[in-house]
Amino acid sequence: MTELFEDGNVLAGPAGEIFAVDITGATTRCVGCGRADVVAALRVYPHAPGLVARCPGCDAVVVKLVRGPDAAWLDLTGTSSLRIPLPEA
Amino acid sequence: MVQRPGGRLAWRVGRLAEIHDETPTARTLVLDVPGWPGHAAGQHVDVRLTADDGYRATRTYSLATPADGERVAITVQRVPGGEVSPYLTEVFGVGDPVEVRGPVGGWFVWRPTAADPVLLLAGGAGIVPLMAMIRARRQAGSRAPFKLIYSVRTPEDVYYAGELRRPEAGLDVTVVHTRKGPVDRPGEPHRIGVADVNTAGWPAEFSPQCFVCGPTGFVETVANILVALGHDPRRVKTERFGPSGS
Repeated sequence: MTELFEDGNVLAGPAGEIFAVDITGATTRCVGCGRADVVAALRVYPHAPGLVARCPGCDAVVVKLVRGPDAAWLDLTGTSSLRIPLPEA
Repeated sequence: MVQRPGGRLAWRVGRLAEIHDETPTARTLVLDVPGWPGHAAGQHVDVRLTADDGYRATRTYSLATPADGERVAITVQRVPGGEVSPYLTEVFGVGDPVEVRGPVGGWFVWRPTAADPVLLLAGGAGIVPLMAMIRARRQAGSRAPFKLIYSVRTPEDVYYAGELRRPEAGLDVTVVHTRKGPVDRPGEPHRIGVADVNTAGWPAEFSPQCFVCGPTGFVETVANILVALGHDPRRVKTERFGPSGS
């Protein structure tokens, strides 16, 4: 079976280059419809240039991550917040 | 939450230590990775190949075994015409180097400190991270009761067949065949349905942690069945493959 999208688990490696903690367990809130999801549950389209993660509820783009040769572009326009689990301060 | 001991991720060079064929088209690769920081069952590793002309291809694989020093194992299904899997399953030999980084992912993870019942639902190659959980349970001497429902096309497609056939206290294994069943067992081959999950799984009142891994169609079907049977959606974790498993 071929599907066009994967899930947010595939963001773990590329995002791991940027963040010191795993963000696939973080909760996002979609700007489009307000739905909250863990990043791992977003729909990721890896065949765009870079990775495009969409809301499973309304299909709006929540996160975009493009890795260039010497920089990464992280576009968070589609998420109004990211709740990132951390160890106790 | 998974904290990365070494801070941000870096590529390391691993070497192939052992090969185990699981099916005619799937192979377990055991790698020695100096500096590997350890991992939890359900986490992944990124594997990167570089061609002579500099072209690079990266794939994410589930780790098949729990943490074991600098040893990590993945099981790769050969996808005809794929960029990476034909090399890994046909050409990559013992002693050969490969770039890896990890562990990655911290959401689809089972920890042996959890005592609640666990329901694992695998579609095809989706068994790999769930097998890591079964092995982590065994390694830790955990008494958390496990049930596995494993959907495969035919009996020949079962990964880790010998290990899953061996009786193990606290682990129930049910195999659902979608194309062809074993000759010695009656029952029509069928796709997994409510009756399978209801009969071979835990009742929702037990509040099991549910882990579902497989192709998108399988994952959506099974996650919907679990919720329809009364399982809390927050207790149902899913992981699906897309086209990049090549």
